[in-house]
Amino acid sequence: MSQKKTEKLIDENDVRIDGRKLDEMRPVKIEVGILSNADGSAYIEQGKNRILAAVYGPREIHPKHQALPDRAALRCRYHMAPFSVQERKSPAPSRREMELSKVIREALEPSIFTEYYPRTAIDLFIEVLQADGGTRCAGITVAALALADAGIPMRDLVSSCAAGKVEGRLVLDLNDFEDKGGEADMPIAYMPNLNAITLLQMDGMLTGEEFEQVLNMGLEGCKQISQLQKETLKSKYVVAKEAETEGEEETETEAEK
Amino acid sequence: MSSIMAAKVRQKRIAQLIARGKRLDGREPNDCREVQIESGLIERAEGSARVRLGRTEVMVGVKIEAGEPFPDTPNEGVLTVNAELVPLASPTFEPGPPDENSIELARVVDRGIRESKAIVTEDLVVEPGKKVFIVFVDVYVLNHDGNLIDASALAALAALMNTKMFNYEVKEGEIKIKPGYKPLPMRNYPIAITFAKIGDKLIVDPWLEEEQVMDARLTMAVEKDGKICAMQKGGYGYFTAQQIFEASKIAQQKAEELRKLVVKE
Repeated sequence: MSQKKTEKLIDENDVRIDGRKLDEMRPVKIEVGILSNADGSAYIEQGKNRILAAVYGPREIHPKHQALPDRAALRCRYHMAPFSVQERKSPAPSRREMELSKVIREALEPSIFTEYYPRTAIDLFIEVLQADGGTRCAGITVAALALADAGIPMRDLVSSCAAGKVEGRLVLDLNDFEDKGGEADMPIAYMPNLNAITLLQMDGMLTGEEFEQVLNMGLEGCKQISQLQKETLKSKYVVAKEAETEGEEETETEAEK
Repeated sequence: MSSIMAAKVRQKRIAQLIARGKRLDGREPNDCREVQIESGLIERAEGSARVRLGRTEVMVGVKIEAGEPFPDTPNEGVLTVNAELVPLASPTFEPGPPDENSIELARVVDRGIRESKAIVTEDLVVEPGKKVFIVFVDVYVLNHDGNLIDASALAALAALMNTKMFNYEVKEGEIKIKPGYKPLPMRNYPIAITFAKIGDKLIVDPWLEEEQVMDARLTMAVEKDGKICAMQKGGYGYFTAQQIFEASKIAQQKAEELRKLVVKE
């Protein structure tokens, strides 16, 4: 985190640089089932973050030696587009991206019944088209929906959100400026129905007390995200189902005539 | 233990014992293994240390070279942490470019040092925005018997505290090394404490066979005033918020104990 403090990130009325309250999330827009080739896909906009996720599988695994005898192998690639950040990022995977791919996989795998598909691969691709802080969290949120869209059986829907500390105050869902200029950032992924935290990282400095408050704040954020995820899935699939039943009714009435 | 995978029976035994608050090697749930620290074994390096944590063994060497600062921090030296899982350390390690495990190890060690601002990087500037000193921390795992993160973080801290910065003067933009040394300026001492979750129990400092049984792993780095400065969850399992709060309290206490072994004031 840089020590540069050119302008204040939070004003005296506790209003943040983008006009949010301390515990307010950025506006979130999610869509599911948007890529025709993928078995499951989803897109999220959270603040200026624009992230796509696609799932292929369960499918045959290549190379074969990666196959697991008792479950499917979840393979995850988190990747940032070269144009997603201010200074062009080399498209080759960086050490940060490799670490994030690992922790995202470990955040999602507890939710999936991988034991249903031994010796197969479930491939998950997360492409960050524009980054604005909190991309791993938005990436997990959107990836969970892509997995659901692919029809992969899951124990719960993983929801993710970050909380942290900026200019001495505890805040929810840090944007890029707050992440870089703040004192601490804690990304969390959570399965609300199982009360299970599947991703937890932190950089920055927090006292024991602050740590508890930030974690609780982040979990509340995850619960809000969870609501949005469920609404998104319902709006796609419940509507589709209703349309189907309506269609059936019509054919019935036609048949009666 | 020559076999990598503990036999299934043994794994079951480990899990059963932990459920009753006991461990196969006789430790209490919150006990670390015996720690041995030796500093300054490598004369060619500016700083070095070898840490043994039970049978886990990690060597860290620190080299300092002149280089360019990052554009966003022109008035600070640079910290670079790299980790090598050397093939001689375990039958499961292979030669080749760093895999995700060694990258994660390096980045978690890095996070503890960086976020606690352990090194006074402002004192490593030769010419702001142009020339600074880069501190290379190379973690070399020599024997893998579990909990590489804590052993590596401890060895990195011990090596940094052992690091001698050469005296220099700047003549016509060139760095001229002068005789004599001074210690690398340090202001904080982060200690990493790793927990394994086995069943619904947490244990401190898992050794290899416990790592093979664990559902998930949680590392917390604690700085000198007891603040938490870095955190990383790993593994395919999960934690409850309650378990994490519990772990943070134990980590603060254990870090204090371990720090006394390195920082003698």
